[in-house]
Amino acid sequence: MRDERRSDPAAPTSEGVTKIAIRDLVVDRDEATVLRVPKLSIAAGRVTAVIGPNGSGKSTLLATLELLVAPREGALLLDGVEMRTDVLATRRRMAAAFQDPLLLSMSVRKNVETALRLRKVPRGARRARALRWLERFGVGGLAERHAHELSGGEAQRVSLARAFALEPEVLLLDEPFSALDAPTRAALLDDFAAIVAETRPTTVLVTHDRDEALRLADDLVVLIDGEVRQGGAPTEVFAAPADRSVADFVGVENVWLSALVREASGVATYRAQSGELLDVVSEAPAPVALVCVRPEEITVSPRSAASGSSAEATSARNQIEAVVTDVMASGALLRLVLQGSHYGLGENEAMRIVATVSRPSLENLGLVVGTPVLASFKATAAHAIAHD
Amino acid sequence: MDFIWDGIKEAARLWARGDAEIIEITLRTIAISAVATALALGIGVPAGAFLAMRHFRGRRLVVAAVNTGMGMPPVVVGLLVALVLWRSGPLGALDLIYTPTAIVAAQFLIAVPLVVGFSMASIQAIDPRLLDQIRSLGANRIQLLWLVAREARLGLLAALMAGFGAAISEVGAAMMVGGNIAGETRVLTTATVLETSRGNFEVALALGIMLLVMAYVVNLVFTGVQQQRRAV
Repeated sequence: MRDERRSDPAAPTSEGVTKIAIRDLVVDRDEATVLRVPKLSIAAGRVTAVIGPNGSGKSTLLATLELLVAPREGALLLDGVEMRTDVLATRRRMAAAFQDPLLLSMSVRKNVETALRLRKVPRGARRARALRWLERFGVGGLAERHAHELSGGEAQRVSLARAFALEPEVLLLDEPFSALDAPTRAALLDDFAAIVAETRPTTVLVTHDRDEALRLADDLVVLIDGEVRQGGAPTEVFAAPADRSVADFVGVENVWLSALVREASGVATYRAQSGELLDVVSEAPAPVALVCVRPEEITVSPRSAASGSSAEATSARNQIEAVVTDVMASGALLRLVLQGSHYGLGENEAMRIVATVSRPSLENLGLVVGTPVLASFKATAAHAIAHD
Repeated sequence: MDFIWDGIKEAARLWARGDAEIIEITLRTIAISAVATALALGIGVPAGAFLAMRHFRGRRLVVAAVNTGMGMPPVVVGLLVALVLWRSGPLGALDLIYTPTAIVAAQFLIAVPLVVGFSMASIQAIDPRLLDQIRSLGANRIQLLWLVAREARLGLLAALMAGFGAAISEVGAAMMVGGNIAGETRVLTTATVLETSRGNFEVALALGIMLLVMAYVVNLVFTGVQQQRRAV
């Protein structure tokens, strides 16, 4: 059956000490259960990214940790002590920043100082601390400006500076970068990553952005339909999703339903519905599986008329004959959609393959719609999910 | 038409002379309405905040009652206060009928629905996520209320102006529960009614102009505060 080590969300990662432990959590909203987390640990001093599609319950999870939403049942433990026993004291050990900066109608500096005052930081220490953190986030020069006069990027920097200035044990961030335009976001992500690396607060970052999660997270939790589907190191989750919904969400666009044909020395060979044989490095292959390959793991080369195949040029274990059916822009790269040349007997459906290539290589290889190609990927880049 | 012109001239003369009685009535008027407005703010702002921030069973009924209260005829308030404070009424033993305190009570009841209504509207206009942010910053209840009031300060000043304006300009209730006793419970509005009924239009005009000027000055001050470049 499934690889229990990988899909056990309770032990997502980690080396290290558990800072927050969630046990048997059930959260209702409008009399419907929107979140059900039997067990989840957040490691101290690490960034745990909670990712998932819209409506998956990730913001509810964060609001629950912020003690803004009361769970129907379950335990929330901070350093082993129930967080809701003393709501105010718990909140004062944490800090939150949201998608919108949510600054108070006062100067930038006062915004930070007010937050410090709420936590009884002595008057004399507030100003220097506020200015220090504003400086760290590159907005020291805006200290005397009114908070409502700032640009979106500046305001979000102030909001994060305010959260960090509280020097919290736990930082709870709800999509803090998602409302920003791309260049603003990239610059802030750089600064944020550097500051987190240096200060190392226990951080829970909710995001729907996979790149952001890969960039910032030490641990990853995938939440879909109010349930934790997978936890683990980001690279592991992205390469080896635990189920179909996780695969879809983390951008594994090639998911092929396949049946096991044989197994030898750690390599399982599956036959896809459309007939292609697929080699997958797998310790415990399932009889029926979804074979997953990330688009960026697939190399595409033209099938030359002379050789019929360019197999000798590559060490990849898997080579699939296909034809280019579509070329789409996708950020800096291009997405190629290929159609396998085999047709399944029962399904009468060709294999659909998605690969990413750079624009120069597309031009060098002369790939256009209709070009016969060979799609190659290593057996180690493929991952099989047991299919019930 | 001459009597109108004469009235204005006489009013100017009374002012210039610094008529003792008019000054005394003016000061009493300000004192009574200021106390009534302060009490209305003290009760009305927290009540408005509560209605804006909390959802509870029957909230709609309360809000509807507040909205009704905002348009309550002062004379009805006067009647109710008079009934309660009447010597044989429930609070008759306090012996408050025909005292400034009775007028304060009536003006308070007139102003408080306005303050509650305006406060509720201005606090409800605050982004609810900002309230969550303030809570997450670690605010206790009082700190939260204080920061919310600060965010809603323009609307709360509107509540103050509406409450004070209603209190100082009302005449029916002040007449009924205060009795318009010279030197004790006579305020600008009741004095204006009296002088008009006596045919002393110049004195009535002087009082009316005083009332108008005072309302204007008070509102000018608050508007100045409200409209100044948002305080940094």
